[in-house]
Amino acid sequence: MNAFLRKFAQYLPGVVVVCAMVVSSAGACAQDQVFAGTGMGNQRIRLAAADVKPVGNDPQTPQLKTVFDATLFSDLSNSGVLDMVSKSMNPLATPGSPAEIQLAQWSAAPANAAMVALGALLVSNGRITVNGWVLDAKNAGSPQILGKQYTDNASQDNARAIAHRFADDIIARLTGINGIAETKIFFVSARTGAKEIWMMDYDGQNQHIVTHMGSISLSPRISPDSSRLVFSSIGKEGWTIRMYSMELGRMVGFPAGVAGGSNFSPAWAADGSRIAFSSSRTGQSEIWIADASGGGAHKITSFKNNSSPVWNPKTNAQIAWVSGRTGEPQIYTMDADGANVQQMTDGGYAVSPSWSPNGQYLAFAWNRKYDPKAAGAPGAQDIYIMDIASKRWLQLTHDAGTNDFPSWSPDGRHLVFQREIGHRVQLWTMLADGTEQHQLTEKGANSMPNWSWK
Amino acid sequence: MSSKLRAFTCLVVLAAAVGFVGCKKKTTTPMNSTAPYSGAAPTAQLTATPTSITAGDQVVLSWRTTDATSISIDGIGAVPSSGVKTVTPTESTSYHLVARGDGGSADATARVTVAAPPGATAVPNDMNSTNLTEEEAFKANVQDIFFDYDSYDVRETDQSSLSKSAAYLAQHPNLKVLIGGYCDERGSDEYNLTLGQSRAESVKKALVAAGIAGDRLRVVSYGKEKPFCTESTEECWQQNRRAGFSLDR
Repeated sequence: MNAFLRKFAQYLPGVVVVCAMVVSSAGACAQDQVFAGTGMGNQRIRLAAADVKPVGNDPQTPQLKTVFDATLFSDLSNSGVLDMVSKSMNPLATPGSPAEIQLAQWSAAPANAAMVALGALLVSNGRITVNGWVLDAKNAGSPQILGKQYTDNASQDNARAIAHRFADDIIARLTGINGIAETKIFFVSARTGAKEIWMMDYDGQNQHIVTHMGSISLSPRISPDSSRLVFSSIGKEGWTIRMYSMELGRMVGFPAGVAGGSNFSPAWAADGSRIAFSSSRTGQSEIWIADASGGGAHKITSFKNNSSPVWNPKTNAQIAWVSGRTGEPQIYTMDADGANVQQMTDGGYAVSPSWSPNGQYLAFAWNRKYDPKAAGAPGAQDIYIMDIASKRWLQLTHDAGTNDFPSWSPDGRHLVFQREIGHRVQLWTMLADGTEQHQLTEKGANSMPNWSWK
Repeated sequence: MSSKLRAFTCLVVLAAAVGFVGCKKKTTTPMNSTAPYSGAAPTAQLTATPTSITAGDQVVLSWRTTDATSISIDGIGAVPSSGVKTVTPTESTSYHLVARGDGGSADATARVTVAAPPGATAVPNDMNSTNLTEEEAFKANVQDIFFDYDSYDVRETDQSSLSKSAAYLAQHPNLKVLIGGYCDERGSDEYNLTLGQSRAESVKKALVAAGIAGDRLRVVSYGKEKPFCTESTEECWQQNRRAGFSLDR
């Protein structure tokens, strides 16, 4: 707690200055704007998660119950919108249904829960079934907020998947925004000796390889409907943008991505209809747009050294990207036809924009004091978020490694990013206000994360 | 499949293959048959990525074969019918794959050129010796160009090196060149691909201006993905900020 306060105090003066400079109709401080937009400032709901009650004698039950309880608690804690009652404060009873619970025990100290999640878990005939409920602990007369049954073949992976589904249903019911417990993160890993595209569950579980290109593959981007993955890969003909069908389990064609020059950093429009990317087929790296089928490719910039486009997911009519047209790379926005170019960052070295799901913010990597002539290790590069309308920004990471490639979660409350310390690079997540940073990967070198859209 | 079951299955398949070949030998074939083997002819593909490295770098061999029961790569030994393997050749090597099956045999070759690390004496004293391979002569006469921080402008002091390279290429008109653009470790993977591109394009432009036909010069950016050294020092960063030349086959 002290460490957090000290960190907060470190950047508080900057925030206060930013607050003072903002003029807006709401009179809100920039930090409040950031918090309101990301839902971070809202009061957290205090929820107690009871361990599920095991039902029946199947020998798999204890193990699956352990996995379910741990996964559910972790998902609810990760959501960023709940104040979880720590398990040691739960009353000793293990209610298996609303009829079995004494709500007064849960709303009283030390639990002081506003909501209680509980359930029963049965394994029978190779199937796992969970009945889950959420109850309003202060409304004994009519407490039920949610009641649902989940069933699948009995396995540890499915116990985890059911916990993810229950957690997402709880978050959706309590906050109106879908939870992220079933989302995936795609990333680059070099742990097999070559950089390939990998994927994992949002919590770091179930890491597995997707591509087997045997060369260098970068910049994975999953489609909005999770059916196709685009990425860039170097082969005999140079860098090409390749497309992999998650449904078919094999590569599919994307003709626009193999037209000569270096083609890389692809990005999906939110309706899945178009892909923006960087291509040097005319001699210098410009931003191009093509249909997702690979036709209709056309160029929308003309000033060289352009990369890393990302679409406004709310409008599909605007693109943010990186351009070195004035020297060091800066973040710009433009309309999808190339008009109305606006410079967003005002110096330093700014790269890797990611557009928030609500269309309001850019997250990106920025080294504001970039000086290539300074001796010593590469300078501090941190993750920032910027309110696009006002260009006010908030620094999220401080004094810890070289940070890059932030990617928003679909609930707009989390970011995944890469952090390099020495020559070791791993993936981290944090809430969109910079708190709750934790490391997601351990093995090998892992980079360039991309959070799925659902 | 459990590993035991897999091994057993392999043994069964192998026994069947051997048995099948054995049976084949007893069958008489007509003298005028144009196909001494039956069964589809094997196919083989072998690629090395990249094809040009500095000693110490890794190369990924990737191969695919069809209709082959026995596949091997010289210097490596028996390999599965398709796969990927990382190798670290210390000198220029031709990897030769042979795939044998009932329908005959097929082979494939992938060549990797290995240059000595920067700072090492890679060039023999006698530059006119006919024992120099084409690659060695090329490396001696067409030298890499180095760049300032975040810059893709060819330095004044490198103009004469480029002139010499252009002269050599003019004297050897059948040589095609791959110009790779490289960056140091700082900065972002994606943006550095554009910077590497600009460096390589810059050098290509200079060679074209010196009279070399543009279609002999292919440009590729490696960004910071293929470093020549990995220390976080000024010297190493300078080594990595370059446009590198190699023969494009």
